[in-house]
Amino acid sequence: MNLLEVKDLSVQFDTLDGTVSAVNGISFNLKAGETLGIVGESGSGKSQTVFALMGLIARNGKTTGSIKYNGQEILNLPEKQLNKIRAQQISMIFQDPMTSLNPYTRVSDQLAEVLIHHKGMSKKQALAESVQMLDAVKIPEAKSRIHLYPHEFSGGMRQRVMIAMALLCKPKLLIADEPTTALDVTVQAQIMTLLSELQQELKTAIILITHDLGVIAGSCEEMLVMYGGRVMEYGNIKKVFSDPAHPYTKGLLHAIPRIDHQGSQLTTIPGSPPNMLRLPKGCPFEPRCDVASDTCRNEIPALQEFSKNRYRACHSAMEV
Amino acid sequence: MYVDNKKVQDLADNLSDSNEIEGRSLWQDARHRFFKNKAALVSLITLSLIVLFALVGPQFSPWDYEEIDWDAMGDIQTMGAPSFSSGHYFGTDDLGRDLYSRVIQGTQISLMVGLIGSFIAVVVGTLYGAVAGYLGGRIDSAMMRTVDILMAIPFMFVLILLMVMFGRSIYMIFIGIGLLSWLEMSRIIRGQTLSLKNKEFIEAAIATGVKPFTIVTRHIVPNVLGIVVVYATLLVPGMIMTESFISFLGLGVQEPQTSWGALINEGARTIQNGTLWQLLFPLFFFITTLLSFFFIGDGLRDALDPKDR
Amino acid sequence: MNNSNELLSVTDLKVQFDIYPKGAMPWTSPDKLKAVDGVNFTLNKGETLGIVGESGCGKSTLARALIKLIPAQDGKVLWMGEQNILDVSKRELLDIRRQAQMIYQDPLASLNPRMTIGQIIAEPLTTHHPETKKSDVKLKVKDMMLKVGLLPNQINRYPHEFSGGQCQRIGIARALILSPKLIICDEPVSALDVSVQAQVINLLMELQNDLGMSLIFIAHDLSVVRHISTRIMVLYLGNVAEVSPANDLYENPRHPYTQALISAVPIPDPEIEKNKDIILLEGDLPSPLNPPSGCVFRTRCPKAQELCAKEKPALESNDSNHFVACHFPD
Repeated sequence: MNLLEVKDLSVQFDTLDGTVSAVNGISFNLKAGETLGIVGESGSGKSQTVFALMGLIARNGKTTGSIKYNGQEILNLPEKQLNKIRAQQISMIFQDPMTSLNPYTRVSDQLAEVLIHHKGMSKKQALAESVQMLDAVKIPEAKSRIHLYPHEFSGGMRQRVMIAMALLCKPKLLIADEPTTALDVTVQAQIMTLLSELQQELKTAIILITHDLGVIAGSCEEMLVMYGGRVMEYGNIKKVFSDPAHPYTKGLLHAIPRIDHQGSQLTTIPGSPPNMLRLPKGCPFEPRCDVASDTCRNEIPALQEFSKNRYRACHSAMEV
Repeated sequence: MYVDNKKVQDLADNLSDSNEIEGRSLWQDARHRFFKNKAALVSLITLSLIVLFALVGPQFSPWDYEEIDWDAMGDIQTMGAPSFSSGHYFGTDDLGRDLYSRVIQGTQISLMVGLIGSFIAVVVGTLYGAVAGYLGGRIDSAMMRTVDILMAIPFMFVLILLMVMFGRSIYMIFIGIGLLSWLEMSRIIRGQTLSLKNKEFIEAAIATGVKPFTIVTRHIVPNVLGIVVVYATLLVPGMIMTESFISFLGLGVQEPQTSWGALINEGARTIQNGTLWQLLFPLFFFITTLLSFFFIGDGLRDALDPKDR
Repeated sequence: MNNSNELLSVTDLKVQFDIYPKGAMPWTSPDKLKAVDGVNFTLNKGETLGIVGESGCGKSTLARALIKLIPAQDGKVLWMGEQNILDVSKRELLDIRRQAQMIYQDPLASLNPRMTIGQIIAEPLTTHHPETKKSDVKLKVKDMMLKVGLLPNQINRYPHEFSGGQCQRIGIARALILSPKLIICDEPVSALDVSVQAQVINLLMELQNDLGMSLIFIAHDLSVVRHISTRIMVLYLGNVAEVSPANDLYENPRHPYTQALISAVPIPDPEIEKNKDIILLEGDLPSPLNPPSGCVFRTRCPKAQELCAKEKPALESNDSNHFVACHFPD
């Protein structure tokens, strides 16, 4: 059975400038222990998708569709019940560790709070377990360092603290929203290695959101390519990279410089990411697509399975 | 090809000046947001009406502000009450002078004090603060410590001293208020300049070779104008209140000229005689004007919010 | 000797900041933050030097010190083999500023929000050549806009009406309008979306091809830097670790830091990534207030030995192209 089943998820925001359709009909599944990568640029809706999973959508947002966790519908669940799932079953780490850790509270208190609240531990127990977790994320001298404030840690260390906090209750699903984007590349390598080690140990499923295709290539089994709030392509990562089925995926793969390739001309995707207030009537990628047709302008392409476990949302013919 | 040069060149050949698209500046955005704010809009209209009243009002009155109505003098409670027939639309004050004209006179004086004081504060304070903030270092420290010292001087005390030493005149009030009104503004502008200084477009201007004074006038001042406008609008009521307070103490404008403060003072003293209009009319104008400025200032602040797109 | 092909020659450049500890007495002497601690390199005409490094390596500080936006404490920056930028008079500096321009990381923040883009692009021209007629200025601005791929009829619009990629193009147009010999690019594509990055990178490379200026390209993304640079310089904690032609650096990195850096860069290819051996660095970046003695990298270097703590390695090479600062390079 799937750990997570998302069907037709849509999120709309009511803003002063109009309605923003951030997420439009996203569907995907996740099995236990698997890693799913969601890749997209700004405005693609990837962050809002996972916020919807955690029930973190802002008050002016409306979420529709279905999110089933272990068979149970968790979309629009009342706060009380949702809180039981958060941290214990589904946990999240964010991009900027400085703003996601409370700068006025010691790390020890922030970690202990999770255990005291969710597992009913005593302060002493919670502290001991927290130190163990900090050891597991390879923070040196965890026992003394745990009493420091967040700003006394470096960027990479803070991210480890966040990972520790997220894994304290041994959740089945960890959502990582651009966890390494703000970090140096050597620190990124450390964090991604750490995540993969912890995943093997705890058998956690991970949803990894990033705009960096290299990071996805190194850690995920399946990937979802989002654009303009929709899924463009979805499937096994090796197949998507070696044989992309969507013009956007193709464009992206050719537009990024690779360190193992000599400098030749990059093939660009003309134009810019869409304005979420005024999404095109049809396929959101159509204005920038070089194989677009009239159908693309008028009709939104549905996500279809064109090969076993491979999906694409495109009107254009598949290149054989 | 990074851009299809031939295609764009052809386009360019057909382009003339008239094809240029008018940009939508941040000021236009702000104006649009301001007019959406009902309270601010109503206040703006109210304020305009009051100014109009101050300018055109005297045309409608048969009396002027210092003429004494001997008929009313003996019996203010009945003869001095507001009425259309006697020509005293607002009634008379305790000496029989037409209150309508006196209120207009007071409006003129009070508004002038507020506006001129604000103007001085804006011009002097902005330049002083922008220069101090931009130059930084020891010059900045020296300039700001001077401001601190000046601010420590009790303002009321100085003003009253000036009044006593040089006699009561409307010009004294302007000078006094002007001397001390720019201090707060300079601090605020200096703070804004400091945060602006670190922005990349200032660095770009320096790297381009633009001269420091040009940077201050071309890059810094236009970007602090928003704050300036908001603060200036909120300064005006403060100045009017200061002047009113001084007049209320009896140290403000000299008779027969008057201001709202003086009128309120007189009106308050004669309440027990039953001549309520002597207090209510000037009070009404005073409160309405102050509230209008507050709402406008608030509206401006919302419209010019730095988080604009 | 005056090498006429040399645009910039930097010798032993040092930039330090004074950091006053919080709450200290006013007379305590400040700590010295060594942002750039003795950097040497040359830049030839028409070439692109990429400068890479992670946080705290001093690359942004270095870029700004080169054109005296930040004061340098020591060293020489020779412009065209003749003038030391750090020593010139105000007038000479103005003249050099005309020939060396800069592009910034945050596209929108580098443009004055109250000026139209026409005014922004024209500013260098009106500053250095105030006698130019208004109509000529406008023509030059529109010509520049075409060159960078912007529609000339947008000349009266304001920066906030454009996208990030377009704002960066405006910044490039502004930098190019005086046909400078050198453009320093400080992380020009880091804040842009991936699909837009490629547009700007291509634009810069095309412009360089057409106009022949030199580029100093600073970035933390090694893949982008490899793509655009002729030579690459790797910085660590204010010191040069390695300088080499771009392809040689990737194929044959000699400094342990460069090797770790390159191995950490993710490659968008699952086969390669999953089987890659990443060299993971131990420990944390030392504080630039208190850098390690000798070689600054020794606290995290897998090869560190006693000598590394005693002596700072000099930048040396076997051939005349590939320089390493290491006692035990590969």
